[in-house]
Amino acid sequence: MSTPSQTVGPYLGLGLPWDDGPSVVDEGTPGAVWIRGVVYDGAGKLVPDALIETWQADADGRFDHPDDPRGATSGFRGFGRCPTNDEGEYGIRTVVPGALPGEAPHINVSVFARGLLHRVVTRIYFPGNAEANAADPVLAAVPEDRRGTLIATESGDGYTFDVRLQGEGETVFFDV
Amino acid sequence: MTALSDSGLILPRYRRDPEGTHPPLDSPGYKSTGLRHPKQPLVLLPHKLTEITGPLLGPGRLGEFDNDLTRQHPEEPQGQRIIVHGRLLDGDGRPVPNSLVELWQANAGGRYKHVWDNWPCPVDPNFDGVGRAVTDSEGRYEFTTIKPGAYPWKNHDNAWRPAHIHFSVFGTAFTQRLVTQMYFPDDPLFSQDPIFNSVPDEKARQRMVSRFDLSRTVPEWALAFEFDIVLRGREATPFEDEEDE
Ligand SMILES: [Fe+3]
Repeated sequence: MSTPSQTVGPYLGLGLPWDDGPSVVDEGTPGAVWIRGVVYDGAGKLVPDALIETWQADADGRFDHPDDPRGATSGFRGFGRCPTNDEGEYGIRTVVPGALPGEAPHINVSVFARGLLHRVVTRIYFPGNAEANAADPVLAAVPEDRRGTLIATESGDGYTFDVRLQGEGETVFFDV
Repeated sequence: MTALSDSGLILPRYRRDPEGTHPPLDSPGYKSTGLRHPKQPLVLLPHKLTEITGPLLGPGRLGEFDNDLTRQHPEEPQGQRIIVHGRLLDGDGRPVPNSLVELWQANAGGRYKHVWDNWPCPVDPNFDGVGRAVTDSEGRYEFTTIKPGAYPWKNHDNAWRPAHIHFSVFGTAFTQRLVTQMYFPDDPLFSQDPIFNSVPDEKARQRMVSRFDLSRTVPEWALAFEFDIVLRGREATPFEDEEDE
């Protein structure tokens, strides 16, 4: 039996943030973009004590991981981590991942916060990939009127992806 | 052990935990869940490449005294010195080696070194309450720290959190990511704590309670507690190419 999940509580900012957490790729990396967003609660108030974690393939759609059966890759960290600030904002600097076999380009996201006894998981898809998104099996399993919550919007230096934990426009969350 | 995905790749899959292992996101006894739990049903996410891989974070993330919270300042912190040790395992008993374990905690009086924590118990200038370790080849980790105190938190009338240490672990796959809390044996505050009791299954709840470990105490120096962390295991039987969970 697995160890149960518990909340990160209000003081996650002590233990979880890293100086280089938001940098999946270094500044100046070709194709680098910022993915920024705000986390909101069910009353539409911003959440200043949340943590966003991202996990993704590299620009060629590969993972540096022994269970990726396509073979070893580059040393791409693939992981980003950023606490929300007093305005509920986070930001991750990364590259847009490549497509995966049978899946549109996407980034897996875990959201931790006070008041979340278990992380919630969502996915970021990208707006430029209408055809691939339309064929994506995970997006297809999401009710059509809610799919938009999973698609980032373009912004000045990359993309915007807000997270609404509850209520109007609630983000689609997955059972992993 | 493996399954053919619709991409034709052979991928492992991870077992879903039995009902009652994890707290429901909507747990009214813990008031902060009220406006923060999703109300729409979760959508089942099949285990494909992004889910069966995950960040492999190891020694590169460690500083010199990261696993000894009593030596991070020139002076020693106040409180009862303890060793906290255990193994990071998957649900089949396999150790998870070379894997990052992070923790954070209150000081001996129950105060966090955090700007939002203002309960009237002094901050300890010699205690940050933050640690990191990497598991060895057998999945073992060890910290030296101070036993944290209980603290009040205003969730309900006269609410106190049982003494606990926050733990964060990754395992080897996105599906295994876990943040939990380690508790101490026989804490009289368990009965009134909605966070501890948010876990429905009694056996699962006991997984969060460490064991006093006389064999690992250090004479004239420190008490010891053992805390194994168990992550999801892999499916034991082959699967057809369909999502049947
Ligand atoms: Fe706490």
